Amino acid sequence: MTAHVPISLDVNGERVDANVLPRVHLADFLREHLQLTGTHLGCEHGVCGACTVRLNGEIVRACLTLAVQAHGASVETIEGLSDSGEIADLQAAFRDRNALQCGFCTPGMLMAAQDLLKLHCAPDRERIREHLSGNYCRCTGYQAIIDAVETTARGRTGRKP
Amino acid sequence: MKASAFSYARAASVSNALELLVAHGDGAKLLAGGQSLLPAINLRLISPDLIVDIGGIAELGGIAVSGDVLVVGALTRHVDLLRSSEIAEHAPLLTEAIAHVAHPAIRNRGTLGGSLAHADPASELPACMLALKATMIVGSQNGERRIAAEDFFKGIYETALSAQELLIAVELPVRQNNAAPFFHEFARRHGDYAIAGLAAQAIVEAGVFADLRLAFFAVGDRPVLARAANKLIDVAITSAVMSEASAAFAAELDPPDDQQASASMRRHLATVLLARCASALLGRNDLDAGRPA
Repeated sequence: MTAHVPISLDVNGERVDANVLPRVHLADFLREHLQLTGTHLGCEHGVCGACTVRLNGEIVRACLTLAVQAHGASVETIEGLSDSGEIADLQAAFRDRNALQCGFCTPGMLMAAQDLLKLHCAPDRERIREHLSGNYCRCTGYQAIIDAVETTARGRTGRKP
Repeated sequence: MKASAFSYARAASVSNALELLVAHGDGAKLLAGGQSLLPAINLRLISPDLIVDIGGIAELGGIAVSGDVLVVGALTRHVDLLRSSEIAEHAPLLTEAIAHVAHPAIRNRGTLGGSLAHADPASELPACMLALKATMIVGSQNGERRIAAEDFFKGIYETALSAQELLIAVELPVRQNNAAPFFHEFARRHGDYAIAGLAAQAIVEAGVFADLRLAFFAVGDRPVLARAANKLIDVAITSAVMSEASAAFAAELDPPDDQQASASMRRHLATVLLARCASALLGRNDLDAGRPA
């Protein structure tokens, strides 16, 4: 029988120690063990992007990362980015541009969009599409999502929306 | 779905990982970035008894130029390849190809060695290895052996690696000054697996191909070097020469039928890629049969 493995990691700035089964992926660990249910699970095989989180500052698929692989790492979830105010303008733009309908893909979209905006301060629509290409929106609200990201980029660089 | 239960060992070194592979035989699976292995495990396509995590082994990382060879460690992530100035200078085909590999969140974890050892026939990097004449450096408890890329890929998810071996690094000859890359693929969504793709490298002298390596992917059970490329070397390229090469190429292909595309559609797309490649590398718009007038 497989044994639990002790892990220590940093989640949204707080130290977490836990014993996990090796088969538990990071998204289930965040949702089931830490009750951080903002990280959503859609396909569980890396296609839909709903489970996107930051691992050591870079976005990853939480369903394709085992919790044991996050040992010693720093994890940031949508709860962390939201509470710190880091993406308040992006969230407001999503609201204003009607870029969320059912909201299921939104946490992953916000994580991926913020990742892009940190790498490129003035991405064009093609670049935004490419960076969000790994995130599915089954309400098909893609144009509005791209509008919201573009608006946020303009706002951050002091350009007119 | 959720993975079935497995045990987990974090390998401290290459020799430690090899010991674990020998001790556990076929029941053990190596975990690098996990971007191909974990989907397969979550879908329960495979259910290993033991996962050997090699992700923390420092000796498997790094990109270095040594003489006329570029050595790329197996744990080099896609994002590291994409950002590497050594790769951009000495193997620009890889820089172009990586932009088509999945999506940013997957490129942040997926590794070169993992992709090559997984050997998905629709993935980009195995084809690049053929086009670039790569040599795989493989370790086992008996020492190291070297395998040419052309002998490494054996079929769908099948390579020359045995269950007791581990891919350590890839050696690529540094680019000759005038060698030019070409990369293109057709996929339903940016970052999805290709329906048909081409990774190529050529040396063009005075408007003629002095060398041309065309590695196609997603058109067979492994990446394939087009033999028809020889028909384009050291000859003045006319539309008649192109048609003959294209027909010979279509005849040598045996593409699969699946839910993405029929065999005939794949064969057609592969010949379009051939024409676009010749057109782009020679700077000749007149050769591009696939471009709308």
